[in-house]
Amino acid sequence: MELAAHVPDGPIQKKWDRHRFELKLVNPANKRKYTLIVVGTGLAGGSASATLAELGYNVKTFCIQDSPRRAHSIAAQGGINAAKNYPNDGDSIWRLFYDTVKGGDYRSREANVYRLAQISNHIIDHCVAQGVPFAREYGGLLANRSFGGAQVSRTFYARGQTGQQLLLGAYSALCRQIAAGKVRMFPRREMQDLVLVDGKAAGIVTRNLLTGEFEKHEADAVVLATGGYGNVFFLSTNAMSSNVSAALQAYRKGALFANPCFSQIHPTCIPHHGDYQSKLTLMSESLRNDGRVWVPKKAGDSRPPNGIPEDERDYYLERRYPSFGNLVPRDVASRAAKAVCDAGMGVGPTGYAVYLDFAEAIQRDGKDVIRKKYGNLFDMYQNIVDDDPYETPMMIYPATHYTMGGLWVDYNLMSTIPGLFVIGEANFSDHGANRLGASALMQGLADGYFVLPYTIGGYLTEGAMPRVGADHAAFEDAVQASQGRIRRFMKTPGARTADSFHRELGRIMWDHCGMARNEAGLQKAVGQIQALREEFQTNLRVTGSEHEVNQGLQKAGRLADFLDFAELMTMDALDRRESCGGHFREEFQTEEGEAKRDDEAFCHVAAWEYKGESTPPRRHQEPLVFENVKLAQRSYK
Amino acid sequence: MTAETDTIRITLKVWRQKGPKDRGRFETIDVPDVETHMSFLEMLDVVNERLTLEGKEPIEFDSDCREGICGTCGAVVNGIPHGPEKAMTLCQLHMRKFRDGDTIAVEPWRARAFKVIKDLVVDRSPLERIMEAGGYISVNAGSAPEANTLPVSQEISDQAMDAAACIGCGACVAACPNASPMLFLGAKISHFALLPQGQPEALKRVIAMQRAMDACGFGNCSNERECEAACPKEIKIINIARLNREYIKASFGSKEK
Repeated sequence: MELAAHVPDGPIQKKWDRHRFELKLVNPANKRKYTLIVVGTGLAGGSASATLAELGYNVKTFCIQDSPRRAHSIAAQGGINAAKNYPNDGDSIWRLFYDTVKGGDYRSREANVYRLAQISNHIIDHCVAQGVPFAREYGGLLANRSFGGAQVSRTFYARGQTGQQLLLGAYSALCRQIAAGKVRMFPRREMQDLVLVDGKAAGIVTRNLLTGEFEKHEADAVVLATGGYGNVFFLSTNAMSSNVSAALQAYRKGALFANPCFSQIHPTCIPHHGDYQSKLTLMSESLRNDGRVWVPKKAGDSRPPNGIPEDERDYYLERRYPSFGNLVPRDVASRAAKAVCDAGMGVGPTGYAVYLDFAEAIQRDGKDVIRKKYGNLFDMYQNIVDDDPYETPMMIYPATHYTMGGLWVDYNLMSTIPGLFVIGEANFSDHGANRLGASALMQGLADGYFVLPYTIGGYLTEGAMPRVGADHAAFEDAVQASQGRIRRFMKTPGARTADSFHRELGRIMWDHCGMARNEAGLQKAVGQIQALREEFQTNLRVTGSEHEVNQGLQKAGRLADFLDFAELMTMDALDRRESCGGHFREEFQTEEGEAKRDDEAFCHVAAWEYKGESTPPRRHQEPLVFENVKLAQRSYK
Repeated sequence: MTAETDTIRITLKVWRQKGPKDRGRFETIDVPDVETHMSFLEMLDVVNERLTLEGKEPIEFDSDCREGICGTCGAVVNGIPHGPEKAMTLCQLHMRKFRDGDTIAVEPWRARAFKVIKDLVVDRSPLERIMEAGGYISVNAGSAPEANTLPVSQEISDQAMDAAACIGCGACVAACPNASPMLFLGAKISHFALLPQGQPEALKRVIAMQRAMDACGFGNCSNERECEAACPKEIKIINIARLNREYIKASFGSKEK
């Protein structure tokens, strides 16, 4: 299979303009004849639904939650990047493009990233017009801050709730289109299957989570905006319902899954504390702007942090990376924390935590300034940990936060299934092997507001087939298959809950396919996952009924997909015999312990093709060609 | 962690209701070993794991982000929406706030406009109807002017942000003796009324949203201030005052009748 990325020719600065001109337009009067399905209402899905409806298409939008406003984009704290260069500190579209390619460790598609940087400025304009209350300077103009690994201030923010405010902006736009009758909203629905007719996306089958009913929805094209798969680790900063199911159903129907091993571990989360724990909480990495990360120099030093004198502390990020210090990118900061903890210098009851210390910032700026910047985060920390970060340093440890891998898409954001588009975190995206802070919101909104609405028109005018009705046999087949799956879960006469399996899966993945990976560990993980999946088939217990709200049943369905996906992710990690970004293979590192890429052999996207339940998937490659950025060893020293 | 992990025994009196038409009842569940570092919802997770293994139906409750921002979770704990702690959603409430031997009553949001779906899960979709009636600024993607062409004073922007922080959880409705969502509505009206971008549609918006609220069967505000006390995001009732002011302005100035 040849993976045609359909990147337009010409200089990188002109590609998107040229492509927009070359895409055929849908006659305005004809737009209302098309029905488009959007699954998911986060930044990507919400913005895409609203924008497609504004253009005149009929949109059917689905979400798993009780309201589209609750999608997990809402939890993003830090901010959104744009190349406005308001602070006059040397930023430009080119620099944002360059930083993103470099930050992604040269594993993203250049042309996509350049387009993202170009569009970034329009996003800010649009969000401000929607009434998003971004932070402002005294003069009333927009404020910027520097964020996670950037040496310019290009991050726009709304306190520590930027994701919430941007999502509410997209949700507002969506509400307007619902009221206008252009979007039909289906909350509390879970996509069960993707329906293909003649190899093209023709609709989906959903399950109503309140009644258990299966529903058939036909469309001219289907858009998946279903987020990432971080919950394969069970414990992550993702929401409870975040899952891989919709993407995996598309994969089973023939959409290639790209770079599944690229997952991001965020360096500043509240450490793990008990077996009953249901999630990990992120502390915005904006904290690293003022907090200093350290551990005791001596292993096993059990003195309280304030009792450890300055010269017995190791500010290891400042020591190892003098020019970026505490602001090194996420993958670098996370691995450095793991390294000091593995060496026995970690703190806290489990030994898997490091200090994030504000004493110097408080002394320099005063408590009030620090409270103004981070008050809500400090309160949140105190509430969860029961400790006062104004007095004692915070304890933090890395946790799974975001996934760069996802369904493979071309420049038009279309998957290998014609008519199936994938946007936001759900696609393999523009972030390569590592995403920079404040870039997820940018990409989700770029895809939804400004890219997909153009490119989907190209498909509708050139590639689409006449819409088939939901009475087509393919829909009934999908319903039967989905129903069979649900019944199997209900009937399994086992003794373990879905959560208990999921917790075990999470431990396998964290131990062997987490921050550091090696051949032996990954091979062990494959065996453990297969054994767990086998047990899951016979030893699951779900109580209650399939015809009413049943969260145990929902969890079982999502877990079944995570079990399949975990194996794919592990295989991808095994086959990528290099280290890059968030994918760190212990066998491939520099003498100083940094990630060592192999550009000769692995400067490509790995995209996996499903070959059936009992046949291993096939690995395809999309070569990555860098014409504008020179490949280099990332250095933050 | 500085605080020692402690184990307490509690008695849950939790609302069980099969569906909207079932009358519902309290069920008493003994939970002998609650670790105080657990969050309230993690405690319910542990209870549900046990109920499932005993072949019983788990307690259905909604939750998603579990970091206090998505607005999905919520239950009335000992008579107070989201429980006894100030400025906190239920998912952020921790068991260390309870004592050994406590009996804890857990009920769903109760309001005529919110039907109980099952156990603690309620239907909050009437809040969607209010939003759809006018909770937006009509601007299409692609048409916006450069972001800095319209300065907004930091003070006004901060006030708009205070109002925009509402998470739409519905605790204000559950706390109000009239089951009024006017704190929710006031927050959205204030967010847009404060900003220059919100002005062109201000009159139309407040009338339409207020009408939608009435049509959903919600009550009105009678200044009990229970909503403000229960709000996990500390939205102030000044937003209701602003809503009323905007409404009066609109009643005179709007062509919408």
